[in-house]
Amino acid sequence: MNTHFSNEQQKLLHDIGILDFIVVELTEFLDTHPTDKNAIEYFNHYNRMSNQAKKEYSKKFGPLTVALASETDCTGWDWATLPMPWEGGCA
Amino acid sequence: MWNYERRLQFPVNIKDSNADLAQVIISQYGGPDGEMGASMRYLSQRYACPYREVSAILTDIGTEELAHLEMVATIVHQLTKDLSMDEIEASGFRNYYVDHTVGIWPQAAGGVPFNACEFQSKGDIITDLMEDMAAEQKARTTYDNILRLIHDSDVCEPIRFLRQREVVHFQRFGEALRIVQDNLNSKNFYAFNPGFDCDECSGKK
Repeated sequence: MNTHFSNEQQKLLHDIGILDFIVVELTEFLDTHPTDKNAIEYFNHYNRMSNQAKKEYSKKFGPLTVALASETDCTGWDWATLPMPWEGGCA
Repeated sequence: MWNYERRLQFPVNIKDSNADLAQVIISQYGGPDGEMGASMRYLSQRYACPYREVSAILTDIGTEELAHLEMVATIVHQLTKDLSMDEIEASGFRNYYVDHTVGIWPQAAGGVPFNACEFQSKGDIITDLMEDMAAEQKARTTYDNILRLIHDSDVCEPIRFLRQREVVHFQRFGEALRIVQDNLNSKNFYAFNPGFDCDECSGKK
C-alpha cells in the first residue's frame, strides 16, 4: 500500500472502486437491456452514490477528474502533482 | 470524446518485482488478444454499426478496455520498476530491457510488436460481433494461462478481475448479436449488410 495515502483516503477510494464498478456493469447491461426499469433504478441509485463519493474524495484529497478540480480544498494544481494511479495505493 | 479519471478500475499494489512474469503479462498490453487490440477493435467498429444499442455497448466496452489497458501497464510497471541489473540479466526480460529499459511498450510475450492486424473492423456488424465474442474468449484463455504462471496474490487478484470481465463482455456481445438478428429476417440473416445495403432495415430511417 502506498504510504502517501491515509486510511480515510484508502477507504474512500476503495468505496469509489466498488460503486463505480456497479455503475460500469449496469451501464453495459442497460446498453443491451435499455427498457429494464429495475436496472435503471439500480443504475440511478448507484450512479448518484458514486458521483457523491467522487465529489467528496476530490474535495478532501485532490481531483479525480478535471471536472472535479474546482471542488478541491487543496491548494495548487493537484491534478498534476498528486501521485499517479500506477504508483500504487489505490485501495 | 474522453475524460481521464485519476484512479485504476481495480487496485494494483504489487510489492515484489518479477521480470519473468512481466514478460508474459505484457502480452495482455500489446499481444494478439491484449487490451490494446480489444479497445481499438470495439472503438473502431462502432461507426459502421446501424443499431444504437449495439454502438453503445461497443463504446462502453471499448472504453472499459482502455481502463484494463492501464491496469495491465500498471502491473508490468510495478513488476519491473525496482528490478536490479542482476535480476534483468538473469531473466528473460533482458531482450525487452535492451530496447525499452523498463518503459511500457505494446508487444506480445514473444516480442512481436502490436499490429492493427490483430483485430478486424469489417463494416458488417454480424461479422464484427462474431469476432468480438471470439476475442473475449481468447483474452479469457490468455488470462487463464497467465494465472497458471502466477504465484503472487498481489498479481493474481487484478488478473482474476480482468479475466472475469472477459466473461461478462462475451455475454454482452452475445446479447448485442441477438439485437442485430432481431432486426433482420430470421430466414436469412445474411441477405444484406445492414450497415451498408439497407437503411430501411437499420431502424435509422
